[in-house]
Amino acid sequence: MALRNSSLLETLVYGPAPESDSTARAWIDQHERRFGLFINNQWVHPEGREYTDTCSPADNTSLAAICEGTAEDADVAVQAARTAFTSWSKTSGHERAKFLYAIARQMQKHQRLLAVVESMDNGKPIRESRDADTPLCVRHFYYHAGWAQLMDSELPQYRPVGVISQVIPWNFPLLMLAWKIAPAIAMGNTVVLKPAPSTRLSALLFAEIVLAAGLPPGVVNILPGGNDLGFALVNHPDVDKVAFTGSTGVGRLLRQSTAGSGKKLSLELGGKSPFVVFDSCDIDSAIEGVVDAIWYNQGQVCCAGSRCLVQENIYDRFMHKLRRRMNNLRIGGPLDKCVDIGAINSKRQLDTIAGYVEEARASGAEVIQSTAPLPEGDGFWFPPTVIANVQPTSKCVVEEIFGPVLTVLTFRHPKEAIALSNNTAYGLASSVWTQDISLALDVAFQIRAGVVWVNCHNMFDAAAGFGGYKESGYGRESGKEGLKEYLEFKWKGVVRRSFTDEQKAAPWGADTPPAIELPSAGSARGQSVDKTYKMYIGGKQSRPDGQYSRTIRSPSGAMVGEVGEGNRKDIRNAVEAAHKAAPGWGKRAAYNRSQILFYIAENLDARFEEFAKRIASMTGESIESARNEVTLSIQRLFYWAAFSDKHGGSVQETPLYGATVAIHEPVGVVGIACPDRFPLLGFVSLFAPAVVRANTTVIIPSEKYPLSAVDLYQVFDTSDLPAGVVNIVTGTRDVLTKTLMSHMHVDAMWYFGSDIGSYHVQHASACNLKRTFVSYGVERDWASNEQGQGHEFLYEATQVKNIWIPAGV
Amino acid sequence: MGNPGIPLDLGWVHSARVNKSATERRAAEIGTRRSIKKLHQLAWLLRSLRCIDLTTLAGDDTPSNVKRLCAKARNPVHIDTLRLLGIENENITVGAVCVYPNRVKDAVAALEGSNIPVASVATGFPAGQTPLETRLSEIRLAVAAGAREIDIVIPRTAALLSDWQGLYDEVKAMKEACGSAHLKTILATGELPTYQMVYQCSAVCLMAGADFIKTSTGKEPVNATLPVALVMCRAIRDYYDRTGVKVGFKPAGGIRTAKQAMAFLALMMEELGEEWTHPDLFRFGASSLLGDIERQLYHGTTGRYHAPQYIPMG
Repeated sequence: MALRNSSLLETLVYGPAPESDSTARAWIDQHERRFGLFINNQWVHPEGREYTDTCSPADNTSLAAICEGTAEDADVAVQAARTAFTSWSKTSGHERAKFLYAIARQMQKHQRLLAVVESMDNGKPIRESRDADTPLCVRHFYYHAGWAQLMDSELPQYRPVGVISQVIPWNFPLLMLAWKIAPAIAMGNTVVLKPAPSTRLSALLFAEIVLAAGLPPGVVNILPGGNDLGFALVNHPDVDKVAFTGSTGVGRLLRQSTAGSGKKLSLELGGKSPFVVFDSCDIDSAIEGVVDAIWYNQGQVCCAGSRCLVQENIYDRFMHKLRRRMNNLRIGGPLDKCVDIGAINSKRQLDTIAGYVEEARASGAEVIQSTAPLPEGDGFWFPPTVIANVQPTSKCVVEEIFGPVLTVLTFRHPKEAIALSNNTAYGLASSVWTQDISLALDVAFQIRAGVVWVNCHNMFDAAAGFGGYKESGYGRESGKEGLKEYLEFKWKGVVRRSFTDEQKAAPWGADTPPAIELPSAGSARGQSVDKTYKMYIGGKQSRPDGQYSRTIRSPSGAMVGEVGEGNRKDIRNAVEAAHKAAPGWGKRAAYNRSQILFYIAENLDARFEEFAKRIASMTGESIESARNEVTLSIQRLFYWAAFSDKHGGSVQETPLYGATVAIHEPVGVVGIACPDRFPLLGFVSLFAPAVVRANTTVIIPSEKYPLSAVDLYQVFDTSDLPAGVVNIVTGTRDVLTKTLMSHMHVDAMWYFGSDIGSYHVQHASACNLKRTFVSYGVERDWASNEQGQGHEFLYEATQVKNIWIPAGV
Repeated sequence: MGNPGIPLDLGWVHSARVNKSATERRAAEIGTRRSIKKLHQLAWLLRSLRCIDLTTLAGDDTPSNVKRLCAKARNPVHIDTLRLLGIENENITVGAVCVYPNRVKDAVAALEGSNIPVASVATGFPAGQTPLETRLSEIRLAVAAGAREIDIVIPRTAALLSDWQGLYDEVKAMKEACGSAHLKTILATGELPTYQMVYQCSAVCLMAGADFIKTSTGKEPVNATLPVALVMCRAIRDYYDRTGVKVGFKPAGGIRTAKQAMAFLALMMEELGEEWTHPDLFRFGASSLLGDIERQLYHGTTGRYHAPQYIPMG
């Protein structure tokens, strides 16, 4: 029988090793192959809804028909979540922890079913859904069960945010769901989650896990639907936060549609992550790293290592090994346990990928594809592909392909490797391959990305934050840092703003010259020498580019001085100066930055009375009140000087043997528009946390009362503050803000102006996805320690980079 | 056939880099990325069996137990199972029988007419701490007694002192002492402190003319592991890239189950290709593995789990 005359006796090959789909199909059949919406712990099938087939990418056959939620359903679901929030937010941490624990346990008990459903619906190999996706999901709920338990004691200053709209992509349907739901409900929020149109089944299976775990109705609602539903959820007035994972294009739209609303927003967007291979690496391990980096999940991974940068002197050897390895990959049905690469999720994505590769071929690139056979039939298959002979100018190197396509470039030395790594709009992840730890860390520190893997790629764990720099978005998922996205400070009330189209369209920050008034006869001089306030750019006192001045008057109308009327060129110069200062300032020891801040406080104190008088004369406040403001400003400088060397980061407790280190890096160049009130304290409370955490700044002082800020540059000059760390541009707040907002080289904007101004700031921030910290027009009591200092400012002044450093010889 | 060796290239040895974490991660994946079922599994099991160097290396070995082992080597699978597999006429045997030099004669006699080679360990096995002169003469005596394959132990002292030239010279001398017999060099990886050193020792042995490189004597506390195998296979592949010469690999020690054997075979498929799953380029050094493979073949053909009393002793 069996092996008689079989060719297998002579030549071994792999055979099919199918994972059975019968249990999964039985589950689908239980639902009569027709799924509704999951609202308030119930399956609902509202009247008149369309049903769309969800298909298996492996053979393009329908698995089930799924109800398309509408804006009306979004209303019902948000209402359910709102009602549930009332009690869920008051449920004790321990009780919530027990629910999360139950979800983790339930997922574990049904892990194989979850994995099979995921592979059927998404097309990913069962090996991945079984060994990566589902265990990571389980881990995520365990980890956050822990945080629910610890919230009261470890996060006492925070409250839950409220109702969260969550929109997730199709590449990791279940894992992204876990990343979104676990921290949200752990922190006492309730959620409405919209799975991606092409991958909904595992989310619906998760709904049954929610039921099995006995979660109260309305805490988790799952609404399948299309883009319209997505926007209905995002724009719903009763939603407090939007969390999104997906493309940078959609991320921009979400930033714009939530602008000024007061809703929190976290975005986990695209990437074009560098995979940096030095000649000092274990080259065979690096080749396997490529497999993990770009052929994991068919390359449909936002943090895929899609830009391979290879040191020129090992390029030929690397490519030889890479070709050989690529030909060894097995492409096949997702439920085959002997397969490395499954199906692309959809025809549309397949066409996109093919389009990029064809474009590269047509433009003269060298396209190398695996010789491994593709399965027959109607599935969406694409071979592992490497594109060489490309440059940073090539489209396939610049844009995210989101498929199994690696681009390869060479570099000559570490400095060039870092420059090429950072030569991208994105900043999600990266990996560095070398056995030289000094080199690895040097590169890891300098790559601007939220994750750096040393000698590995695509490692994930619930204990280590994940999220991007630059146009890869903001906010983190996983780790303690990820919780912040689902927390609000207790002192903060709910702010919800909406604007009519007319209000939005009204001119804002238009660059019209202000009405210029010349001082009345003799008033500029008075008894003393004429006083000239300049801007402060690059450590130099400079006259405004436009050579106009504006008169500053006290509330009684008395002229108290003249400041330069800044324009877009002053902003441009200031941003340039800030960038020039950034590398040096970033490399200063934290101790040194604290010394400078302490020294600024000391020198301010030396001129205490002068500053108090200036505040009093400008604002018309009493001298006592003005003195109090100076006293508080000095205190605040001490406070931030103290924090200079006490917020460096932490070691994350991932399963990796070695160290996973979370570093709190500066955000970059931060624009700051100061509040009108508290002309000195407001300025100090904003510039100090920014610079002490190694950012450099372009600051627009109080529009009404700018003189205290301008006086301060003399203090800076005598306090060893390096040139360009603080740049001050006086003038019309919104005019200057507008230029900052459209500046592609500004990384964040802190805006303490009007509500409509906050709208414009956030709307305009979408151009390069700069982070925003805005007031929504709400006055803050800068004199209060609760409102004027603290972790809110640390959060805004830093971004978390997680560096994974395995150990072992 | 055989590896003529090349001059020692110290640049290759010194530039070798092996990352432990990544290597172990890859090794751990071999078994999860590849799953072999049903008919294919039977074929893979048979291939594993044909690659076994059926081994007895004990102080109490005598002509009788060596004879018994050789009989098992000739008839490793019960004829009923072979019939069920449809391969009763295929002359299924193990790859070789491996014994101490003093038992070579017994084994050669017992295997006469079978074409199953006798392998002998040599060179002060397992520690290798005897004078070179003695070690070389041990090889010559084993070859003279009829051994067609010689499993030598490398001097770990040289490796630990990074005396690559010394290691190269000794292995080269051993190769010459082998004459036409095949040289397998045992790295005793359980006594090498790092994967990088495993690679470096592999590279030196390959350059010195090893026809096989082998993980362990079976006497070290840690024997053949998948990560070590991975590192050694990569060295074999790099040597092939440099010279075009194919050198075999032999994991030995601690491989007792069919499942382990399948993982090693999958590793060969993945890293070196199908050619390296045949007995001329791949061997298992094992004594109890055969029994488990026989059990699995029985289960695979009958659907029943087996019992030891039905398996003739080796």
